[in-house]
Amino acid sequence: MLIKRPAAIPPSEITSKGLYLKRREFMRASAALGAAAGLATAGIWLPRSAHAAAKLPDLRKSALSTTGEELTSYKDITTYNNYYEFGTGKDDPSETANKLRTRPWNVAVEGEVGKPKVFTIEEILKLAPLEERVYRMRCVEGWSMVIPWVGYSFSEIIKRVQPTSKAKYVQFTSLADPEQMHGIKMPILDWPYVEGLRMDEAMHPLTILCVGLYDELLPNQDGAPVRVVIPWKYGFKNGKSIVKIRFVEEQPKTTWQLANAREYGFYSNVNPEVDHPRWSQAKERRIGEFGKRATLMFNGYGDQVASLYAGMDLKKYY
Amino acid sequence: MGLAQLKPERVKWLKAALFALCLIPFARLAWLGTHRGLGANPIEYITRSIGWWTLSFLLITLSVTPLRRLTGWNWLLRLRRMLGLFAFFYVSLHFATYIWLDQFFDWQSMLKDIAKRPFITVGFTAFLLLIPLAATSTNAMVRRLGAKRWQRLHRTVYVIATLGVLHFWWLVKKDIREPLIFATLLGLLFLIRLVYLRRRLAASAPSTVRSQAA
Repeated sequence: MLIKRPAAIPPSEITSKGLYLKRREFMRASAALGAAAGLATAGIWLPRSAHAAAKLPDLRKSALSTTGEELTSYKDITTYNNYYEFGTGKDDPSETANKLRTRPWNVAVEGEVGKPKVFTIEEILKLAPLEERVYRMRCVEGWSMVIPWVGYSFSEIIKRVQPTSKAKYVQFTSLADPEQMHGIKMPILDWPYVEGLRMDEAMHPLTILCVGLYDELLPNQDGAPVRVVIPWKYGFKNGKSIVKIRFVEEQPKTTWQLANAREYGFYSNVNPEVDHPRWSQAKERRIGEFGKRATLMFNGYGDQVASLYAGMDLKKYY
Repeated sequence: MGLAQLKPERVKWLKAALFALCLIPFARLAWLGTHRGLGANPIEYITRSIGWWTLSFLLITLSVTPLRRLTGWNWLLRLRRMLGLFAFFYVSLHFATYIWLDQFFDWQSMLKDIAKRPFITVGFTAFLLLIPLAATSTNAMVRRLGAKRWQRLHRTVYVIATLGVLHFWWLVKKDIREPLIFATLLGLLFLIRLVYLRRRLAASAPSTVRSQAA
């Protein structure tokens, strides 16, 4: 099996990192044995390569995690990415996101709030206890993963800045630096990438501010150093590498809406009954599996979030 | 003796070499498939790759005639049928990937797809239109149809290539750079044909006038 090794490892690191990787490999191998030996699974199974991310200490397991689903491999989560700032190919981000500098990093929280504040990434990492949140992730393109994110409910941020009564929506702005992100030079989308949520969606405990993946800091291609994850919405709603969070009165114009309003709505809740104009959303391919499976309403989180949309015509507010 | 006149023996060798070359995209996928090289979403990778090669082979086939005219290498024509059949080989694989790997013989879902998704409707139509061309590719079929009728039938390839490019264009989410390249190349191939057609018409029109005057 191919295991890429970093060029130089300080001697002090060798034992612990090696042991750690071995343990990981062992866990992975056991999981693989346990899994049904599907054709595709067997075909694409690869050990995760050694990498430089730091392990996050003392993670809490969250009761809000999705259970009973096999996790998508670290390798697949970190090599099959949509992150257009680093190119539109699925393997572009993992190949070019190493240029992103994630320290120092600030996130400005502003707008209709009583206490606007610029958080450093160090503050964000310590703001609330970090939890492992295992969520399904459904891409609008028709594939899905199960990802062990690390972070805490976004409401922790909201509490600290005290939104005013005028704050009806939250707008997330991602970094757009052509020096670090070669994809920005192409006018594929309107940069910077902007996403948004309604206030009650942002307050929902399932909505997280995410800083890690598989017990470690987020790899760059997955949106380092900080992103949002809203598990009942299509993946593109989960803004990556966030530099600004703005509380606003009007519904923000999001990037994909601006790109094509007919195909990508503001809500973009996972909904098997509302097709993308060009393809069906009824089924999805779980990465690592061969056949397709049925897509669940609100990505399977309907019990927790359906009430947010009570009385709304979801065909109209797609 | 330059490239303009190749001995039939040489053309035969060239054809054999080209045949092997045309199999490389298929061999590459087979190798990647058996060496865990298809990435996180192998089915998507296979479908995209074979689709890309189908379009490429269509354009390569369509460039034989312009190339022959520009260079005067008439032997190029002897490679055209094989190239066209490779386009059919790859589109058949593309279609097989769709019904087997992607949809897993879910006929109902496929019928819905074909009727409802413009990019699939267009791609499926192009595939259907290519079948009679492949079926009438033999010398015997050319004789049976007669050269005129055969040629008229095979002009469908212009429609097929256009539908193929449209199929690609409509399926991408936002980054249309690659479909745009295919569209531009196809447009160029059409343009060259138009130029030759105009020249032919211009060459024949005055002679008609003159003969009437005489």
